[in-house]
Amino acid sequence: MPNTEANVLIGGEAGQGLVTLSQILTRAIVRQGYYIMVTQSYHSRIRGGHNTYALRISTSPITAPKENVDILVALNKETVQLHSGELSAGGIIVLDEALEIKNESYVSVPFKSLSADKYWNAAAVGVVTEILGLEMTGVEKVAREFFSKHSPEHVDANMESFAAGLDWMKKNDLKFAKLASAELKEPRIMVNGNEAIALGALSIGMKSCFFYPMTPATSISMTICEHAQGMGVVAEQAEDEISAINMAIGASFCGSPSLVPTSGGGFALMAEGLSLAGMTETPVVIVLAQRPGPSTGLPTRTEQGDLEFALHAGHGEFPRAIFAPGSVEECFWLTRKAFETADEFKIPVILMTDQYLADCYNSVKPFAIDQLKTIDVCVPEPIEQPHLTYKITDSGISPRLLPGFSNSCVVAHSSDELVVADSDEHTENGHLTEDLSIRAKMVEKRNRKFTGLKSVVLNPESVGPDAPDLLLVSWGSTKGSVHEVCDNLSNSGVKAAYLHFSQIWPINSDVVSKILNKAKEVVCVESNSTGQFAKLLRRETGFHIEKTILRYDGAPITPQHIMNRLELGTKDV
Amino acid sequence: MFELSDYGDYVTAWCPGCGNHSILKSVKDALFKLQLPPYRVLFVSGIGQAAKAPHYLNANVFNGLHGRSLPVATGAKLSNPNLTVIVESGDGCHYGEGGNHFLAAIRRNVDITIIVHNNQVYGLTKGQASPTSSPGFVTKAQPQGVFNEPFNPVQIAVAMKAGFVARGFSGNEEHLSELIQQGIQHKGLALIDVLQPCVSFNKVNTFGWYKQRCYMLPENYDPTDRNQAMLVADEWGDRIPLGVIYRNDRPAFEQHFPFLESGPAAIRSVDMRALKEIVKSYS
Repeated sequence: MPNTEANVLIGGEAGQGLVTLSQILTRAIVRQGYYIMVTQSYHSRIRGGHNTYALRISTSPITAPKENVDILVALNKETVQLHSGELSAGGIIVLDEALEIKNESYVSVPFKSLSADKYWNAAAVGVVTEILGLEMTGVEKVAREFFSKHSPEHVDANMESFAAGLDWMKKNDLKFAKLASAELKEPRIMVNGNEAIALGALSIGMKSCFFYPMTPATSISMTICEHAQGMGVVAEQAEDEISAINMAIGASFCGSPSLVPTSGGGFALMAEGLSLAGMTETPVVIVLAQRPGPSTGLPTRTEQGDLEFALHAGHGEFPRAIFAPGSVEECFWLTRKAFETADEFKIPVILMTDQYLADCYNSVKPFAIDQLKTIDVCVPEPIEQPHLTYKITDSGISPRLLPGFSNSCVVAHSSDELVVADSDEHTENGHLTEDLSIRAKMVEKRNRKFTGLKSVVLNPESVGPDAPDLLLVSWGSTKGSVHEVCDNLSNSGVKAAYLHFSQIWPINSDVVSKILNKAKEVVCVESNSTGQFAKLLRRETGFHIEKTILRYDGAPITPQHIMNRLELGTKDV
Repeated sequence: MFELSDYGDYVTAWCPGCGNHSILKSVKDALFKLQLPPYRVLFVSGIGQAAKAPHYLNANVFNGLHGRSLPVATGAKLSNPNLTVIVESGDGCHYGEGGNHFLAAIRRNVDITIIVHNNQVYGLTKGQASPTSSPGFVTKAQPQGVFNEPFNPVQIAVAMKAGFVARGFSGNEEHLSELIQQGIQHKGLALIDVLQPCVSFNKVNTFGWYKQRCYMLPENYDPTDRNQAMLVADEWGDRIPLGVIYRNDRPAFEQHFPFLESGPAAIRSVDMRALKEIVKSYS
């Protein structure tokens, strides 16, 4: 019987061509209608180190990575040593004959006789294509597209190697069931979390992106840089993160919806700027792509350890919103939502992702670009003259004017249209003041935005029976794993549900309390060692979640990790 | 036609006799001479006594964080290139807290004008040494006198091939106004380091001290000669040169973004068709 699912792990050193091999396969698999989730694990180096790509392929939708490996493609000995223990029953190992690891159950490929050294990864694509039973011409087409940036001889050599790999595998009998064929119902694209954030930002009308490279946030800026000139976006590498956020604030003050992607260390440097955005009421969107800390930590691994930091970063009191996408698709939509929220309330908004989601590729529906709205920074209605940058209003939101413009983005023509913003406490017209009664009024004005923010909060996704025996609570990137665990538990008769937060600040405590109180047992699942989100929920709702499932070794929370903790009571790592 | 009074007249919080008054006057005079509409000018400042200056004139203002005025100005100018962006802050703000931004801004060469009120001391925090304080300068924070070699902003700027490098003196308002006008008209980053006395906290570098030492660069001085400019920029102590010390015609940073010609970000529409193609490329 054909397999409906396969988990392929490709491992080797950086520089061995893993990326090419994985990307060709991934792309071809998506085009052939399968669902796929690709997770990456890599060392913080350019050459060498141990790197893996895990391709979970299925004929039906999947939301999380899997730990057991069905096909291990080992490009070096280390991969075999490190991952052979993860092999599922009936799983196989594909490796180079030259590695001289003798085992009857291994598929030893004579790469040397199939292709020249530098084309071996094309041969490997051929081998795996045949093992999985992918439609050959489809893979060939993707491979050709992929290699087309090289010279014609290279393309031919690569394609010959591909065919040689495929033929060799055909001739060798293998006791591994091929994948059931999939049906492509609608076209899908293949993006990772960071690319989805970049595309989301472009789609809402982001006009500037300032950054200092930092793993795992870098690929957001790189994706934006790639399309910046064509999309009319200023993408600039700043001298440091302090500069990046201040540039974004300056740009936003003048009418550019602005993005600053960073990771924990860079975000720490941005704390003062975050507070500046709060005080000057300048919209700005910060992406905080988390990695394990403290300090430099594990640069290329994952964690959700910066929640409390994001909640409290920046001196003084000011309203903010924090979103945490739970999937690649949500990365796109919540980036848009982050920009809309920042623009509407004139506040800093933080989007929290992590290395796992940042690098996680997923096949998703192409975002319906035609139907999307962009941010319009031009104030349509005539402005009050003289303009008051910080006019006190019931909502706390003051009508916004851009320097150099009149309403409707007509060029300014009067000194009643001056825009004055100040990091000092200020009067309504933006000039600094030390009048304590004005200070109090301004504090209250800024705080009033919080009421509005609460009224538009994204409530958590509550899935499962109304009064479950087990309620799993999660936030951000762990959604897919929690979802899968709930499905599995429900299928085996457990009354399980989950409550997932994609907006983690503010929280609508009434709504959340009700759901928490109905469950027999509540377990909070998060990637940190102290249960930061469980603590936040306790503070906001009074509900004490006693049981947590945590992970802090730098690896993502998988369904299996959760199941082991639930069923076997294994310890957190 | 704008009158000088259109640029505002406000009561300041500065000490009587402070060089800031003269610098403010020169700034307003320069705006007036250039007939710049106040609503098309954006002043960006940091924190310090000098950084309060934009509050005392009529223009758009972003008074941000200590040391961070240059990044804000960079973002602002790239967002709306039609604005005349002027950065005004002190020596502590630009050369101390914001040192990295100062170097990066010179390299980047965005079309902004930096006016640095350089009084060689921290005024707002009451008299600590600044990056330009002379060795031996005694303060409560440096009771044994400053140990460090002073930062020479003008020479650094020349060394880094800044497009426009000038030094003015608050005691010569007309000359300073001219320098500011030239700086604003220069396409690219212009640095105008302005020497000024601090009557409360710097009893060494007084008005008289500067007056005695400052001299005007001669008419025939060629500011495009960089080797000569390096030597002139090195002059300090008994004789301090004033004027445009160095200039070149490096292209302004904005020129690398052709789409900026189609107008400020606020009115630039998003090319959804192009985006659709980009999304398609991920299939």
